Amino acid sequence: MKPAPFDYVRPGSLGEALQALAGHPEAKVLAGGQSLVPLLSMRLAAPAVLVDINGLPDLDHVRADADGVRIGALARHAQVLRDPDVARVQPLVPLALADVAHATIRNRGTTVGSLVHADAAAEMPMVLRLLDGSVDVVGPQGRRTIAADDLYVGPLESSLHHDEIAVEAFFPALAGGSGVAFEEIARRHGDYAMCGVAAVVAVEDGRVVSARAGYLSVSDVPAVVDLTEALDGETTPAALARAADAALAVLEPETDIHATADYRAHLARVLTARVVTAAHQHARQHARQEQS
Amino acid sequence: MTEEIHRIRLRVNGVEHEVAVPARRLLSDALRHDLGLTGTHVGCEHGVCGACTILVDGAPMRSCLTFAVSAAGSELTTVEGLARPDGSLGPVQQAFRECHGLQCGFCTPGFLTTITAGLAENPDPTEDEARDMVAGNLCRCTGYQNIVKAVCRAAEIAREDRDSA
Repeated sequence: MKPAPFDYVRPGSLGEALQALAGHPEAKVLAGGQSLVPLLSMRLAAPAVLVDINGLPDLDHVRADADGVRIGALARHAQVLRDPDVARVQPLVPLALADVAHATIRNRGTTVGSLVHADAAAEMPMVLRLLDGSVDVVGPQGRRTIAADDLYVGPLESSLHHDEIAVEAFFPALAGGSGVAFEEIARRHGDYAMCGVAAVVAVEDGRVVSARAGYLSVSDVPAVVDLTEALDGETTPAALARAADAALAVLEPETDIHATADYRAHLARVLTARVVTAAHQHARQHARQEQS
Repeated sequence: MTEEIHRIRLRVNGVEHEVAVPARRLLSDALRHDLGLTGTHVGCEHGVCGACTILVDGAPMRSCLTFAVSAAGSELTTVEGLARPDGSLGPVQQAFRECHGLQCGFCTPGFLTTITAGLAENPDPTEDEARDMVAGNLCRCTGYQNIVKAVCRAAEIAREDRDSA
């Protein structure tokens, strides 16, 4: 279990990092390395060059304002998780981050790295899609913004070009009259979840006017399903059952050593009901706070 | 292919070392093989078991998921650095001995470093918090009960230390 040999560069500027990537078609960016290093050790990946961006300046920022939360490429999960402004502006970010691996992994792993690793079993790619967030990347042609919907193209595959570096992620702020919730079920807290669900629900006069849910580990790309029509304004048991049916029509749970496809489907059903109910409550609470 | 060798300086338990390593040398292997600090154990080598956990600038991290070349410039603490200055057992080590928090001892270095950092952040954990503190470390002998007790006992010892200081 040792990585295959690779050349190693540790650039001091973004320009140098881009140059190193451009010069080697098989180069790979190393940030926190908490997903990449196991792949290297198991020799599931063997890039010729690793471009270690940990020495780049000005990329470890976490900023929250009325628009949303901006997270730099070198901000560690732990740093984002303990930022009180992030929790205030978009509470779904810390709700999900608390279930990203174990604390020890969160001390090193980066949120942006997790987003572009594009694992459909990971929390943050699903949350980015659910919130209609985006990732900013820099390449030889300059900077561009990739919307979450365009970022995830296949299992562990993002639409980043090999010569681009993801520099910042953007999670939009929680909108007025909206609520969020997140729950996942894993064999052991901190392990990969067998299923996880997040929801964003908007209310007007107590009625649900919009509801979307994101799903992890039950499809091969991070999945988001619009449940507004199925709920038809309410979160009664009948409405929640319709919502779960609507979600399962889209999801593709698969069997692996941790859970059967049927069990994952069952978890998706149960978690949809719990999370939509919790997000609905949160939205009503949020709406009341705005009025007072 | 001949591998490029990187000369790096690693600061471990307050002592500066110079080592020459290929870029692919895991930090866990650099500590064990290049520096002879075999207290850090290597279990799964893909970040699941927690046996290789060390402190990097005070925060617990998996040394098997970090390359030695990336760790240059950081302050590293391994299990060898947890004893008191006079060489006697540190609070977490003492608590593990008192509470029978180990049997075979393979996973112990990872627990000791994780809990040392955990108590620095939360000096008075509840039993639930103690359990959560060690959730990322696997032990196949103890069933965890005595490890959780040891976390609470270590907090007590550290408090006594502070009170008598």
